[in-house]
Amino acid sequence: MKIAVCVKVVPDGQLRLDPQTKRLDRSGEATLNTFDVNAVEEALKLKEAGSDVEEVVIVSFGPERGLEAMRKALAMGADRVVLVSDEAAAGSDLVATSRVLGAALERESADLVLFGQQAGDSDGAVLWAAVADRLQRPLISQVAELSREDGKVHGKRQTEYGYDVLEAPLPAVIAVSDAINEPRYPSLKGIMGAKKKPQETLSLGDLGVDAGDAGEAGSRTEVYALGDPPARGDTVKLEDDGSAAEKIVQFLLEKKAL
Amino acid sequence: MKFLVFLEHHEAVLQKDSLGVLGKAASLGGEVEAVLLGAGVEGLAADAGRYGATRVHLMDDALLAAPLPQPRVDALETLVGEQDFDAVLFAASVLSADVAAGLAARLDAGLNWDLTDLAVEDGKLVGKRPELGDSVYADVGWTSEPRLALIRSGTFEPAESAGTVEVEKFESRLQDFSLAATMLEQAHEESQGPSIEDADVVVAGGRGLGSPENFALVEELAKALGGAVAATRAVVDAGWYPYAAQVGQTGKTVSPKLYIACGISGAIQHKVGMQGSSVIVAINKDPNAPIFEYADFGVVGDLHEIVPKLTELVRQRKAA
Ligand SMILES: Cc1cc2nc3c(=O)[nH]c(=O)nc-3n(C[C@H](O)[C@H](O)[C@H](O)COP(=O)(O)OP(=O)(O)OC[C@H]3O[C@@H](n4cnc5c(N)ncnc54)[C@H](O)[C@@H]3O)c2cc1C
Ligand SMILES: Cc1cc2nc3c(=O)[nH]c(=O)nc-3n(C[C@H](O)[C@H](O)[C@H](O)COP(=O)(O)OP(=O)(O)OC[C@H]3O[C@@H](n4cnc5c(N)ncnc54)[C@H](O)[C@@H]3O)c2cc1C
Repeated sequence: MKIAVCVKVVPDGQLRLDPQTKRLDRSGEATLNTFDVNAVEEALKLKEAGSDVEEVVIVSFGPERGLEAMRKALAMGADRVVLVSDEAAAGSDLVATSRVLGAALERESADLVLFGQQAGDSDGAVLWAAVADRLQRPLISQVAELSREDGKVHGKRQTEYGYDVLEAPLPAVIAVSDAINEPRYPSLKGIMGAKKKPQETLSLGDLGVDAGDAGEAGSRTEVYALGDPPARGDTVKLEDDGSAAEKIVQFLLEKKAL
Repeated sequence: MKFLVFLEHHEAVLQKDSLGVLGKAASLGGEVEAVLLGAGVEGLAADAGRYGATRVHLMDDALLAAPLPQPRVDALETLVGEQDFDAVLFAASVLSADVAAGLAARLDAGLNWDLTDLAVEDGKLVGKRPELGDSVYADVGWTSEPRLALIRSGTFEPAESAGTVEVEKFESRLQDFSLAATMLEQAHEESQGPSIEDADVVVAGGRGLGSPENFALVEELAKALGGAVAATRAVVDAGWYPYAAQVGQTGKTVSPKLYIACGISGAIQHKVGMQGSSVIVAINKDPNAPIFEYADFGVVGDLHEIVPKLTELVRQRKAA
């Protein structure tokens, strides 16, 4: 059995949009989307629990420099990374991203495809459903507890009405919640070993995806304009110097909230 | 403009947010139709009529009994293939987000999510939304039809009108892979547990508490203030605190006079459950945490230091 984990590399720290392109500014430091670390951890747990899991492969679509951030997954214990990167792919929306990622996953033909809870930059929390449709595989999203038996997976997950339990036969697509596990920290040995593990970069052409089907050309949404949020009135944000509790009390008294 | 609104329902009641979206579509002055998918749900069509729909497309099929997204994508593909809609609107939920995204891939149709408003400008549909933790406002659009949109939960209030509704039945062949996932247990509202909706003061704890035992810090502060305790999904999913206390998209919506968030990052899905609070205080050690974008009083610091001190000071005040 093979497990593929889809991860996104996102900007580290404060997010901002480039006013020119209206796209996210990805020029600064980048990091593995924290929500995806849970998906990596879950894959490693499944590998450790079942002798039939041969490989955990990390799959991402994004700028080439993302490879460095993806090594964290290798350092945690994943076996291999595949990064799809192409100049023509910048500005891909859900339609384009799911097409490209779908093609990369098709090539891997993993038995289980895992996603994280959401991308910390775009907050879509939707990509898995588009990819599951492209792959024509059953889907369970928002999974807080995952188990496996006889070629099937069970997922317990929260909806607006409480907790459901769903079952899907493999091959399947699963998106996990941020509380499904406590991700491990990479060991020093893991970090040292990560660089030597296979790291493949693919272009759209390698996947047989037409450049016109990715990037802005392959996208179906657009951003017309960006603006500032409405003014918020008086707000306070301060660093605790030991007196924060007193200051909160003063504030609550002013607001007659105490 | 012709709209199709996806109607979500649970235990024979139409979900309030989808009725709100119906009303919004009606206010834009187009034709407003709705789609109802399920088993034994025909009776709900009339309710949709009272909230703005003029026609309800109904697929009533035992295979649609469980609220699973993939067969719904098949049904919607059939419906929008037979009829022309300019836009298909969804009130965001766990189910509808998966339906909308699956449909986007199926049709290669653009999907804009997290919208907090819709407008028709120069004859064009424009979606409005705050993004990046609500620090930027964007106007977004679509380059193909139908335009798919997910509306942020809790955005539009339903508006009752005196409309009648026509019901039109349709059928669709559901794909094998769409029926492969099945529901073993379906959620029911859990009514036991504390009621947090009526409290004037809510003290909420998130993963920053570090362990379930540390909920005691939040409980002590809530007790001192005479308030209730709430939690984020992350800690509820992890089993640290009961679901009944959860605030957010898939939990409760509260609007107390005072909301104190301790060790909560402030994700949008949490915000939608507490943004109506009069005064929001946040304690978080990360200065970039999104919660600071909407807290009235934010403290960057360690909750383990601050919360016990705060509890003590409040106790002293109340005793004096
Ligand atoms: C502020 C902002 C708003 C946006 N709004 C829209 C919009 O309304 N509509 C639209 O079509 N596009 C939008 N985009 C573009 C969108 O980010 C891309 O389409 C993206 O690749 C899809 O990610 P998502 O946000 O849906 O990810 P999510 O659905 O939030 O991600 C879920 C999971 O998918 C996996 N994943 C996400 N991205 C990748 C990737 N590149 N490679 C591998 N795995 C991945 C991860 O496991 C992640 O946890 C927006 C981008 C930004 C920055
Ligand atoms: C479809 C969907 C529905 C959802 N519904 C909900 C919902 O109803 N309610 C909800 O809450 N979430 C919901 N979520 C999840 C949401 O996106 C977030 O993942 C979740 O709210 C995060 O919870 P948290 O703030 O407790 O944890 P985290 O995001 O992990 O935040 C913990 C915070 O604690 C801070 N911290 C750590 N240590 C300390 C310390 N010592 N002192 C002070 N601060 C500290 C950290 O800086 C961090 O900001 C939903 C997600 C999806 C995709």
